Amino acid sequence: GANYPLYIRSTPTENELKFHYMVHTSLDVVDEKISAMGKALVDQRELYLGLLYPTEDYKVYGYVTNSKVKFVMVVDSSNTALRDNEIRSMFRKLHNSYTDVMCNPFYNPGDRIQSRFVCLGRAFDNMVTSMMIPVC
Amino acid sequence: MEAAAAAAAGGGCGSGPPPLLLSEGEQQCYSELFARCAGAAGGGPGPGPPEAARVAPGTVTAAAGPVADLFRASQLPAETLHQITELCGAKRVGYFGPTQFYIALKLIAAAQSGLPVRIESIKCELPLPRFMMSKNDGEIRFGNPAELHGTKVQIPYLTTEKNSFKRMDDEDKQETQSPTMSPLASPPSSPPHYQRVPLSHGYSKLRSSAEQMHPAPYEARQPLVQPEGSSSGGPGTKPLRHQTSLIRSFSVERELQDNSSYLDEPWRITEEQREYYVNQFRSLQPDPSSFISGSVAKNFFTKSKLSIPELSYIWELSDADCDGALTLSEFCAAFHLIVARKNGYPLPEGLPPTLQPEYLQAAFPKPKWDCQLFDSYSESLPANQQPRDLNRMETSVKDTADLPVSTQDVTGDDKQALKSTVNEALPKDVSEDPATPKDSNSLKARPRSRSYSSTSIEEAMKRGEDPPTPPPRPQKTHSRASSLDLNKVFQPSVPATKSGLLPPPPALPPRPCPSQIWAIMNSVAVNICIQVVEWSEQVSEAELLPQLSRAPSQAAESSPSKKDVLYSQPPSKPIRRKFRPENQATENQEPSTVASGPASAATVKPHPTVQKQSSKQKKAIQTAIRKNKEANAVLARLNSELQQQLKEVHQERIALENQLEQLRPVTVL
Repeated sequence: GANYPLYIRSTPTENELKFHYMVHTSLDVVDEKISAMGKALVDQRELYLGLLYPTEDYKVYGYVTNSKVKFVMVVDSSNTALRDNEIRSMFRKLHNSYTDVMCNPFYNPGDRIQSRFVCLGRAFDNMVTSMMIPVC
Repeated sequence: MEAAAAAAAGGGCGSGPPPLLLSEGEQQCYSELFARCAGAAGGGPGPGPPEAARVAPGTVTAAAGPVADLFRASQLPAETLHQITELCGAKRVGYFGPTQFYIALKLIAAAQSGLPVRIESIKCELPLPRFMMSKNDGEIRFGNPAELHGTKVQIPYLTTEKNSFKRMDDEDKQETQSPTMSPLASPPSSPPHYQRVPLSHGYSKLRSSAEQMHPAPYEARQPLVQPEGSSSGGPGTKPLRHQTSLIRSFSVERELQDNSSYLDEPWRITEEQREYYVNQFRSLQPDPSSFISGSVAKNFFTKSKLSIPELSYIWELSDADCDGALTLSEFCAAFHLIVARKNGYPLPEGLPPTLQPEYLQAAFPKPKWDCQLFDSYSESLPANQQPRDLNRMETSVKDTADLPVSTQDVTGDDKQALKSTVNEALPKDVSEDPATPKDSNSLKARPRSRSYSSTSIEEAMKRGEDPPTPPPRPQKTHSRASSLDLNKVFQPSVPATKSGLLPPPPALPPRPCPSQIWAIMNSVAVNICIQVVEWSEQVSEAELLPQLSRAPSQAAESSPSKKDVLYSQPPSKPIRRKFRPENQATENQEPSTVASGPASAATVKPHPTVQKQSSKQKKAIQTAIRKNKEANAVLARLNSELQQQLKEVHQERIALENQLEQLRPVTVL
């Protein structure tokens, strides 16, 4: 398959499956946005896709990298303190951590990024954790 | 003295602690240290807010953070430090006022001299406490500006030494003090190793006049710094005639230092180890100031038979600047970690300080490489650095930006600068890569596969082969690292596999590539799509991939049986190779692929036919997979429905049985 998640983390309190589903459905929206962008010059701003769609409880933000790796972030709607800039910076951090993971020649693109086995992805995981805690 | 001490305390409440007798030197030293701790508290990150908050307004206090670091730098066991903290009254009052601080320092000196930690011990005359400033301490705590504080560290230290000498030896060395002050202000205290090199520099100056044994402890602790120390004028290790009284304190200090060095032992690289690592580095990359690309290093380290997760973790640790390539220092660190791991040491959480690239570079000045070697490989420099750079990100612009920089002597700092420039360049330069847009669709599912096609291909092919020698120059015009790496890999390897995996001569479209990609779609070697990228075959990729990724909408043409048919076809070398990687991209695969490699040499000759067949096969497999997926979904649904029916039937049965029971004549008594 093509759209399997490389990495998915959610706050442990929630029902993970629901988030899986939301992320998956939001992929369609992301693709829509990507194709709409065309082949224009891609810069940081355009990597950030912004609010994909709001549901009653959540807002979903999207970000796509130059190699079409998609980052989807689901945020609780009650968390009104999160501004667009913060979301952008979070995505940027995600992107940077992801590239760091990529730099590891032992990481094969397409593998899940996991840090369970004392292997690559630990920094990525830590970074995501650090982002999630203040938010949630 | 007492009054002076109290006055210096600035009226700080020192209730309880006995009056301190501080000598001139002690006074100076302590006040310096205190000022530093207090200053660091104000200007630094403020690690001790709770303590500081409790301070009565108007008193100067040293924040707990810098103080703790200072105490730790004294190399005393934690227990002793706790005792000291308690005794000096800081625990009681809740903060480190000047009095507490001074008392604590005195206690530290006492402890370092071997005296018990008691109030009584500080009543007698003691040498000044010794503090081993670790690099982190110096940089983080007292390093803004690092050099300024570096000199500050040196100055009080030297004054203490001078004074202690004076006290112990009754020799007047004061005249050397002032001249040594100013030279100390200028030693090249480059931040990474300021505390060691400048200190030894400073001491060399002292040494010239006073022949102290001070550097000796440092040198005993770090034989590695010998080269640095020797550069500063021949550290005199000859004991001084009047050193006997000092020797005790120094020996204690040295013991402590040695203890710490023993603790670091697993992570400290000895000279011979360093030699070995450097030789290995040379075998992979003749130019010592250049880099080993990720793929080369991966090949090499895989031979160590460590598991992939461990190797990748080691890489994460050692590739400090995360650029996908290893400098000499990084390589040594990685090698050392591997060696340690193989000997049973658990991998550390973070890179130990003795394995940091800066430390290694400082500790081991680069040996004199053969200039000839350097020149002969200067051409290969760009090639080697290209992979390094390009391995990092998916854009291809780096070579233009980085080559001019990288041809210079690249140190760790340069690499970081490089990284930052690459970072900046990254978002803007994607358009320069013509393949990227075409790549967009094909890489949806396989992000960043480009740069790592080499690694995956190597995995798929063979791991046991020796790391390929650096190519003289990549012949491709593409700027992608992957292409270079691939060529580098394939040239020394079996040519047959190369022809199979690499695109055929430009006359023919690279048909094999998509087929391979499909085969290893879900496995490691997916990244062969790079080939596609380079040869602009992404269009076909784009068509095929999305079809596969989305819910299959086309009607399946073939059944799974067709797959078997494909398997049995003789020229199905690609397929064989394909599906083997699918099982496990491990070394087990290598022999089989190697075996199939030479065998495929013969069959690869009919190139066009094979390619056409493989493309057909690919399509067939695609559709087969789609069909299977559909079937899976349908069956799953069916399963759930049947389960439901089963439940209902069960309930009916139960109801019927109940009725039966009621109707049956009661026979149970």
